[in-house]
Amino acid sequence: MTETSTHPAFTPPTRFAVPGRIVVNNRTAGMWQTATLTEIRRETPRASTFRFKVPKWAGHLPGQHLMLRLTAEDGYAAQRHYSIASAPDDSGHIELTLDHVEGGEVSGWFHSVAEPGDEVEVRGPLSGFFAWPGDRPALLIGAGSGVVPLMSMVRHHRARGLPVPLRMLVSARSPEELIYARELGAETTPVFTRSAPEGVPVARMAAAHVAPLLAEQPPGGWEAYVCGSNAFAEHASRLLVAGGQPVDRIRIERFG
Amino acid sequence: MNVSRGFTGRARVHHPGLPPGQYDAGDDWPVLSAEVTPELAPADWTFRIDGLVEQPRTWTWEEAHTLPASAYEGAIHCVTSWSKFGVRFGGVSLDAFLDVVRPHGSATHAVAYSHTGYTTNLPLADLAGGRAWIAWEYDGEPLPSEHGGPARLLVPHLYFWKSAKWIAGLRLLDHDEPGFWEQNGYHARGNPWEEQRYAGD
Repeated sequence: MTETSTHPAFTPPTRFAVPGRIVVNNRTAGMWQTATLTEIRRETPRASTFRFKVPKWAGHLPGQHLMLRLTAEDGYAAQRHYSIASAPDDSGHIELTLDHVEGGEVSGWFHSVAEPGDEVEVRGPLSGFFAWPGDRPALLIGAGSGVVPLMSMVRHHRARGLPVPLRMLVSARSPEELIYARELGAETTPVFTRSAPEGVPVARMAAAHVAPLLAEQPPGGWEAYVCGSNAFAEHASRLLVAGGQPVDRIRIERFG
Repeated sequence: MNVSRGFTGRARVHHPGLPPGQYDAGDDWPVLSAEVTPELAPADWTFRIDGLVEQPRTWTWEEAHTLPASAYEGAIHCVTSWSKFGVRFGGVSLDAFLDVVRPHGSATHAVAYSHTGYTTNLPLADLAGGRAWIAWEYDGEPLPSEHGGPARLLVPHLYFWKSAKWIAGLRLLDHDEPGFWEQNGYHARGNPWEEQRYAGD
């Protein structure tokens, strides 16, 4: 990656729909460091938030992720990418919210074994593509634990009192399974797919949910961030395109 | 070594085909593209090779299908740590395309680009010698659009972000130019056996 000005960079005939938002610091992204678990908070029956002390954390932007590694006594290691849930701050702590995945060796350890004081390793933050620096109006659409990186954006927006508009549309099976339910405010519209509070319809996310948000285009237009399973991401991104959101203003983070 | 207390991990299965840090995803095939899946019909698909070649050329869907069929059966490896075994792709060896355009001796690298504008860079050596394909079938069926159909680049010996979905072309160069993920902190080559995930690995 030492491209010099002697070569004009190749530009494909189609400009990439969604160029990266920030330059990633390759040095911090490449370094494994110890993260000490300091707190576990139950969010839903299936998801908990894990807070870590990471003294040398380089700082992140909302939407970025990290790689987490667990090592066993015999040297066997398992690593996974996780979105960062906490807003950037200078506390020397970061938070992850993890679903308990059936048979998941890493999430299983977190949900069954982990206690404050335990140590894991992390490297990051990684990838600038899904990052939101807080500069453009943000339209956030998530499902299930897809709300995690979006919540980092919501928290950042609040903590800094950012003037740009931010709205979130989040799908959950039921109110009990809505992660961060107590924290969500007027910026958020929840959609419940299996059971809903009285007076709220049970529905799959549909054009009718997206249309009112796309109708109130802020100056400069929405930058849309979609996060969830691939099936949800395909569905939500099609709703956005059909609703008139430009394809080059849709960023998608899919689980996998 | 930094052991996490009480972590044992899954059963240790000796799997010589599994690169370091990877796990077997079994039947899952996660989709990780960062952009909206394009609606691209085979009739609208084209594939071009230009840059440092004798004879730049664009193939239509029909023209590409007149080249000799070639298949890949084996494993694919994603940088997010999953590997998938026993995959079967059908298409045409990239050698068949390169034989037509005849790369210059000065060509050392290529930028592969998609119909969405996605880019990724590869050494030319990784695209030749029977190790890369233009693939349009998966498991005997048309390649699904979310997996890059109608046709994608397939370079299975490198991490899978190198196998550009909705492949539109290759530009051959005499130097390396980072593509989309490579500009976002990922490794320039991405060899899973050397765990080249991020720049500096």
